[in-house]
Amino acid sequence: MATVSIRNLEIDFGTVQVLKTLNLEIGEGEFIVLLGPSGCGKSTLLNAVAGLLDVTAGQIWIGGKNVTWEEPKDRGIGMVFQSYALYPRMSVRGNLSFGLKMARTPHQEIEKRVAKASKILQIEPLLDRKPAELSGGQRQRVAIGRALVRDVDVFLFDEPLSNLDAKLRTELRVEIKRLHHELGSTMIYVTHDQIEALTLADRIAVMNGGVIQQLASPKEIYRRPVNRFVAGFVGSPSMNFVDGTLKMDADGAGFVLSDGTRLSLAGYEFSGTPKDGQAATLGIRPEQVDLVKTSEDATVLPIHLTMLEPMGADSLVWGHVSGTQFSVRIDGEDHVTTPATIDAFFSPSQSSIFDKASGARL
Amino acid sequence: MATATMTAGTAALEPSGPRPKKLTADRVGLYVFLVIAAAFFLLPMYVMIVTSLKPMSEIRLGNIFSLPEAWTIEPWLQAWNSACTGLNCGGIKVGFWNSIRILVPSVIISIFIGALTGYALSLWRARGSNLLFAVLLLGAFLPYQVFIYPLVRIYSSVGIYGTMAGIVVTHTIFGLPLMTLLFRNYYASLPIELFKAARVDGGGFWAIFFRLMLPMSTPIIIVAVILQVTGIWNDFLFGVVFAGRENLPMTVQLNNIVNSTQGEKLYNVNMAATILTALVPLVVYFVSGRWFVRGIAAGAVKG
Repeated sequence: MATVSIRNLEIDFGTVQVLKTLNLEIGEGEFIVLLGPSGCGKSTLLNAVAGLLDVTAGQIWIGGKNVTWEEPKDRGIGMVFQSYALYPRMSVRGNLSFGLKMARTPHQEIEKRVAKASKILQIEPLLDRKPAELSGGQRQRVAIGRALVRDVDVFLFDEPLSNLDAKLRTELRVEIKRLHHELGSTMIYVTHDQIEALTLADRIAVMNGGVIQQLASPKEIYRRPVNRFVAGFVGSPSMNFVDGTLKMDADGAGFVLSDGTRLSLAGYEFSGTPKDGQAATLGIRPEQVDLVKTSEDATVLPIHLTMLEPMGADSLVWGHVSGTQFSVRIDGEDHVTTPATIDAFFSPSQSSIFDKASGARL
Repeated sequence: MATATMTAGTAALEPSGPRPKKLTADRVGLYVFLVIAAAFFLLPMYVMIVTSLKPMSEIRLGNIFSLPEAWTIEPWLQAWNSACTGLNCGGIKVGFWNSIRILVPSVIISIFIGALTGYALSLWRARGSNLLFAVLLLGAFLPYQVFIYPLVRIYSSVGIYGTMAGIVVTHTIFGLPLMTLLFRNYYASLPIELFKAARVDGGGFWAIFFRLMLPMSTPIIIVAVILQVTGIWNDFLFGVVFAGRENLPMTVQLNNIVNSTQGEKLYNVNMAATILTALVPLVVYFVSGRWFVRGIAAGAVKG
């Protein structure tokens, strides 16, 4: 167990700045997920923590020790890669014990640790096979085992489940979570899959353009995204955005759509004092809209429904609000007739409002 | 009845099962061309083989394409055991063993050093490694005749001119650009995560090379062996300049046998000696044709 602290980290590739003055404090035993689209710098950050990339500026501390200039092996880290990266000419046992042999661990100790790790990961029957004779899920278990045997303080995962099929991904996701509970190690996990991020993380760092956009618990990220990028990136199907202007008058806060409809924002908690007439974007998640009125303070949202998309447990209704595409999630058993223009309802306290120009939450 | 015949007729035309193979005009043309090309290259080989199996009396008749009337392997034995270069009549076997003694260390050392430099240049990427690689490649394009005189001076000043060490060093140096290119591209094509994983596991420069990279290099080592064995075996210039009188390789000795002008030219012995000399690359080629093509392609992709 160890803390990880990234202080004013900058990484340039030639003239391209990949990470811009990045700060991140990770607590002991915490599970941090770095989430973002490809090219956002999340893998670069992970490689820098591992010591596989030279940093341009800043420091990396692991377990209270400045490791900025240390070799990967001296950082107390284990890493699991997307492509498994198993040594192809060694047996599973050879793969697991390679790191220990490099560290000149006594023979008996190696056997003990390999036995323990293979028991935890249930790969005991595979020990004498070559990586080519394993399935994808088994390979990734071995890759995790390779970090496990070395008794590291910090686990680094670089999109470990991206190469697996959907079913295996779910299985191993649960397994990684279980492993984190058992070991209590600090884990840093890179992914572009928001489901993985939301299910695994203690805290998620949503990254874009080399900058951490928001660092918060999965719940917070989902409920109160700090800007429009985070709001749009997290959540599937993604949040609906409708442009309009804020109206502050005698009736309280309101949101005026481009067709002139005024939506009441009663109950929404503004982070500052909103200006009257400010251009803004209203963000509502598909499941935050009801087609029938359920509570008294709900705001009416006129919507033109065009199409129904059944997805099993629930269905997605597509339509337009004031000319903008809009989706509503309803129970799979419910049915709506399309096309139709109806009044839907949402509660402003659950929605998000962003400044149109900067994208920041208002 | 009529309708039944009609349906049967259409059913026969219905595509089903394997597509019928047709011999088209362009296929025929292609095969004719290939046969002619093969004959063009095989004809000299045929002449050499039949000549080497004839006694001199038949050769003097001048029918070079005819099969021998009296088959004999005497020229082959003579070429191997007792053909003369000047006053030495030890046969071409002396050159054969010299070539083997040059070949084995040269191939092993040049491939090992090539693999090591290729590994260092592709995965460790020290500062200036790309420039170094460019300079090394430039070496592959310079005509190596220009190096001979400086090398002779350098070797004689360090005392390895005209020795086995001298010729082995020469083959190693001149094999380096191609070997480095080959291994660098091969290692660059491996997933980089493998290297990263080994570094996280605590592998150093040598440990990763010997325990991880070399065991994975079998395909490219085979290619390198083919290229180096044929290249070094067929070498004439370096052998004649650097090997010294005691270590002349087979190619040089063959030249001396064929060009010795005393008495009658023994065409059958010369042909047998030539085939014997060409046998090693020929065997390598036949045993490893698939790898040979891959080797030619390997240098071309991913620069």
